[in-house]
Amino acid sequence: MTMSVSVTVNGTRHDVAGVEPRLLLSDFLRDTLGLTGTHVGCEHGVCGACTVLMDGHSVRSCLTLAVQAHGCEITTVEGLGTPEALNVLQTQFREHHGLQCGFCTPGMLMTGEDLLRNHPLATDDEIREGLSGNLCRCTGYQNIVAAIRSAAALRENI
Amino acid sequence: MKPARFEYVAPTTLDAAVKALAAASGEAKILAGGQSLLPLLNFRMARPALLVDLNGIKELSFIELRDDSVVIGALTRHREIEHSPLIASSLPVMSAAMRHVAHLAIRNRGTIGGSLSHADPAAELPMMAMFYCARLTVQGPEGRRTIAAKDFFVDALTNCLAPEDIVVEIEFPILRHDGWAFEEVARRYGDFALASIAVSIRRGRSGLDDARVAVMGVADTPLRLAAVEQQLRDIEIDDRMPDRFSELVTSSVTPNDDLHASAEYRKHLLGELARRALRTALAAKG
Repeated sequence: MTMSVSVTVNGTRHDVAGVEPRLLLSDFLRDTLGLTGTHVGCEHGVCGACTVLMDGHSVRSCLTLAVQAHGCEITTVEGLGTPEALNVLQTQFREHHGLQCGFCTPGMLMTGEDLLRNHPLATDDEIREGLSGNLCRCTGYQNIVAAIRSAAALRENI
Repeated sequence: MKPARFEYVAPTTLDAAVKALAAASGEAKILAGGQSLLPLLNFRMARPALLVDLNGIKELSFIELRDDSVVIGALTRHREIEHSPLIASSLPVMSAAMRHVAHLAIRNRGTIGGSLSHADPAAELPMMAMFYCARLTVQGPEGRRTIAAKDFFVDALTNCLAPEDIVVEIEFPILRHDGWAFEEVARRYGDFALASIAVSIRRGRSGLDDARVAVMGVADTPLRLAAVEQQLRDIEIDDRMPDRFSELVTSSVTPNDDLHASAEYRKHLLGELARRALRTALAAKG
């Protein structure tokens, strides 16, 4: 059994036929669409590396079927900024050294985007709780929290 | 770590979903938020022939006040419950519990019907169903029926439903109380609980007129401790009450050892959480 999927990814509509229902959204993004910015870590919803936005809210793309994204708007890390023009959150990750090896970073950024868009982030506890579903084995999280805190302050000035 | 092959349908009505399940004669699985099912599929611990995706059935997603209850549609996401002003004002214990449910991305996708059906013994929503004495409305081939939460949870990860049954909505009777508390300890924020307790009390002239106590992480299903509720009414309200309550709670559970904690530790933890919870509930109103 295969199906057709129409999905808007980073503002571009894709109509893809021949999608197997068992194809995970993470593999659809990486293998079918060639958007390899979304990283695949644990493939069972623990590490958060594959986090993307689905209709504006963060989801694990390894716990979502590609066919379930039919009719949805997906934002991946490629949809944030470009290497020449990083977005606010990416800039703050660079400023605060919020990454080392970078493997978890796409997921951290997408979770951070959800936090910035949908949450008040009055305290660092709120940021830490929001990030608790994303694992980083390098930074110790401190600089990631600082980057999001800084982006939140800039958000309020916009 | 990829699911085995399966067929997939996404019906837009409940009737069509029940028919699809019935036609699959036990070989189908219901897909709601997918936050428990997808890991099982990825590990190939579950290999259903068919997935029936409920996400297109819009009538299953709502939170509304109905008489003296709050009724929640089975497809309502954890995020919607967490941020609902109606839940915050009418079911404050549940509102507090929602902050402990998994992580942001899981709460964005996971549903109440899915969490209850999955019946994890250390998950907050099954515990809240026991705490509030919720009633689940279920639709099967023969029509609708209502199941009390205490009859719904049969064992760890096991509910009483037939394969073609779908949870439609859950009714939570509003509890009148003068004080309440929800306490939980997990190894990391958002993990399943090692132990948790929810308490609410109504004060009478000298003691308590009413109490409600539910615990989880200490048995194969969440538990409502009806006997402890009764005993609590017979205890005088004084400084020693939280200690006595703690003893009553710990002596009424027999947790198992597992990878995460010994039975002894879980019991100790629950006792401490019980003490804190009752102190908080008693302090709420003078």
